[in-house]
Amino acid sequence: MTNKHASNLAQRLETGLFTVTAEVTLPDSIEKEALASRAHILEPYCDAINITDSTGAVPHFSNIAAASILIENNIEPIIQFSCRDRNRIATQADVIGAHAMGVRNIFCVTGDGVQTGDHPEAKAVFDLDSVTLLTTINHLKTTGKFLSGRELDSKPDFFLGAAVNPFVPPFEQRALRLLKKHRAGASFFQSQYCFDISRFESFLLLLLELTNGSPPPVLVGVGPLRSARFARWLTENVPGVAIPDHIINQIEKYPEKEQKKAGIEACVKIVEGVKNLTGVAGIHIMAHDWESSVSEIVEATGLTKTGRNN
Amino acid sequence: MNKVRLLEFTYLFCLKILSLLVPVLSEKRPFIGFMVASEKALKKPLFGCQMCGQCILHYTGMVCPMGCPKNLRNGPCGGVRSDGNCEIKPNMNCTWVRAWDNSTQMMVFTESIEEIQTELDHSLSGTSAWINELGGGK
Ligand code: SF4
Repeated sequence: MTNKHASNLAQRLETGLFTVTAEVTLPDSIEKEALASRAHILEPYCDAINITDSTGAVPHFSNIAAASILIENNIEPIIQFSCRDRNRIATQADVIGAHAMGVRNIFCVTGDGVQTGDHPEAKAVFDLDSVTLLTTINHLKTTGKFLSGRELDSKPDFFLGAAVNPFVPPFEQRALRLLKKHRAGASFFQSQYCFDISRFESFLLLLLELTNGSPPPVLVGVGPLRSARFARWLTENVPGVAIPDHIINQIEKYPEKEQKKAGIEACVKIVEGVKNLTGVAGIHIMAHDWESSVSEIVEATGLTKTGRNN
Repeated sequence: MNKVRLLEFTYLFCLKILSLLVPVLSEKRPFIGFMVASEKALKKPLFGCQMCGQCILHYTGMVCPMGCPKNLRNGPCGGVRSDGNCEIKPNMNCTWVRAWDNSTQMMVFTESIEEIQTELDHSLSGTSAWINELGGGK
């Protein structure tokens, strides 16, 4: 890592190296080891690991604690911050605390509504939105000051990312929304699960057109479906995940025992379909509660660390 | 004239008149009272106004962004349903799908939807957005 880049992830993306990131499933555990062991399964295959922020509005391991555990284990985290649970005071406090723990990659998302999760009676915050979350952290980064103007002892060195979901309406607006986030301070993007390559391609074409062929780095979100039943649950219950019927039907053709394999095959096909598209900077694998599948996907697509870096 | 353009025209008309009145009257109590009452009376039925005090209707296709259950002011979340309805309220059109559609129909403010809106100042809740915009006071 050189001083020029905030992190290894920043260095890879800023120098145009194909990048693989993955999401670790945060365990419902009170022990460090429960998280570290999952992260170690992913580490040999990816450049950085995403830590979600009580995703799906279900409380999980704290994102900052989880990121610190990864850092202790020499694994680079991408820490997600959502707008659902923190106002601007808590957000600023947490991101500078995370910086002190060694966190550099911060990924800003709106966050799922509390209705999605297992505490639907909770009060949702949404004091900021994903764009003002970015401008707030970017303000800390570029000025070394809180929103109020109060100064930090030095400027935090963050590498900011944001989400993009080209797979839900308003489709024509998603590239513009990405660029708004880019202007707000996001230097890289990870997409929601891609199950529809042609939809992704039209998004990318528009993005390339709007940026004269040099878009900010976009990592395509992918993930294996472990069964047709899981796929249906995902598309019906997780906001923003759209899985076309033909993919579910394809997996359903197999007996239940073989559906896992079919799910990995479908994922490999998607990765093969997107990895060489102009404007794709890498892939982001979200294998919910199925870390062991990541090695298979990466190996089958020739995206192991040695494969990519040659 | 379609509805969006009519609303946009009304906004521009009010802007003309109020930019003359507000700087002169913004300190006067009865005027402040009148503005708050009339904004409540008109914008609530028309837009579902929640009196955030920082009106950005003309940036968002004359659709009030505060109608979004997450109060997003810079564009849609990633949870919009395939039918264009809201993640949180499945029977409601996503505010931002409507805002986007409407903004393409506007005459002057078509591209304003792309501007970054700053974080909401909650201390302005319940005050007159026109006075805040044109009179410079809290
Ligand atoms: S789906 Fe639309 S209206 Fe609903 S929370 Fe998301 S942006 Fe707001």
